[in-house]
Amino acid sequence: MLKKYLTRMGDGERVEMTADEIRRDFELGTNDAADRGKIAPLTQDDLDRLLEIFTNPNKVVSVEPGNEVPLTHDIGTLRLMGDQGNSGVGIPLSRVQGIQVHERAFACDTMELGHIDYSFKPVKPVIAMEQQELENALLSTIVPLFYGAMPNLGLYYSPDGPFGNPSDLLPMGKIQEAREAQEGAVEHATRDMIYIAEKLAAVGADGINFDTTGAAGDTDMKATLHAVEYLKANTNLAVEVGMAGEFVLGMHGGLEYDGVRIAGLYPHQQVKLVEKAGADIFGPVVNTNTSKSMAWNLARAVTFIKACTEVANIPIHVNMGMGVGGSPVFETPPVDSVTRASKAMVEIAKVDGL
Amino acid sequence: MPIAHGMAAGMGGIRTAGDLVARMQMTRKMRIREAKAYVAEKLKVSPTDLSNEHVMREVREELDIGIITSVPGCAKGIEAKARIAELLGIEIASVKRLKNKVNF
Repeated sequence: MLKKYLTRMGDGERVEMTADEIRRDFELGTNDAADRGKIAPLTQDDLDRLLEIFTNPNKVVSVEPGNEVPLTHDIGTLRLMGDQGNSGVGIPLSRVQGIQVHERAFACDTMELGHIDYSFKPVKPVIAMEQQELENALLSTIVPLFYGAMPNLGLYYSPDGPFGNPSDLLPMGKIQEAREAQEGAVEHATRDMIYIAEKLAAVGADGINFDTTGAAGDTDMKATLHAVEYLKANTNLAVEVGMAGEFVLGMHGGLEYDGVRIAGLYPHQQVKLVEKAGADIFGPVVNTNTSKSMAWNLARAVTFIKACTEVANIPIHVNMGMGVGGSPVFETPPVDSVTRASKAMVEIAKVDGL
Repeated sequence: MPIAHGMAAGMGGIRTAGDLVARMQMTRKMRIREAKAYVAEKLKVSPTDLSNEHVMREVREELDIGIITSVPGCAKGIEAKARIAELLGIEIASVKRLKNKVNF
């Protein structure tokens, strides 16, 4: 009888697979990425290494000593004091306390401050509160502190914002109106992100983390790139751009940055625009498919990210949260899958951080 | 989940030299190999030692750049960052602000 190995599906369910079944899913996953991204599939050596990682009998695996990388974060301290909507565990702590816990109890390499909503737009009216909190955190901590927030252009459309909602306009066939609304949102969001980041720079922030860039499509990414370009030219902030998905949705469809159409870009193409804007760190995303095995998902994710690190000139901190980067879509992601994804991203995709 | 990633692949923050390597990525856009080599040279250790708690605890204490446990008298918070900025030859915005405030 063929030996079977414990592994998981993309939703975290535990399954058993033979080495041949795992290898078959590796090949399907890497070929899917190669086909979609027009990039090279993983090599035979890569697949052999991935099989070693998958068939390791230990629950938790790790990189070899010396291969460790720094970790950056998203969601700030909400994972401690927030509710499940932000994967939070509801511990009543101040945000400064949360940052100190991450630095001294969790031994995090970096940390970040974030507003309870974690979008840029709601921060604008309370920016002085955010500056005050950041000042306190910067005095009492050592690790680099980002301010993290989402561009979240959805907040600029009705009923939350001043512009017509493309999700309402497009089904009515109002293509031009939808595009004009999105172009207005780009202008407002860029202005708001710059305003907020400059205020935070004024009190000594180390960096800004644009998290889930592209969540509202190509408009989201265009606003972010313009904000990054301005901030790198006018402040000393370090900038990390983290993506929302592996593929930029063309909600507008015609937007460009530096002469390149933004819609439809994959990680190895996104990074070139992010570099052009001047960002210091890029956080690519590859989404997890719940109905496929983790073997399929991780091989696919490593393929995309390897192609990205090979062309990048800036550090790549791949997004490895719940449901991305070869981690299962499950609120409490199993550590066997999470640590295998970590190791594969560092030692096969050659990322510079997570 | 960040704990699982930290255990599997993270550098270990101020238990080791994770904060220092991250600062070189943030301020100079250094890829991981270059960032580790830069910090290792400044600390006079090998790149592998940067994530070795046994080596880095002593190095951080000697350089007084902040350690993870609470020891009275050791540099804390912005005190440690001022020494890190000097050691790595980088500008840390909050340290620059402090210097501007005290040089009145």
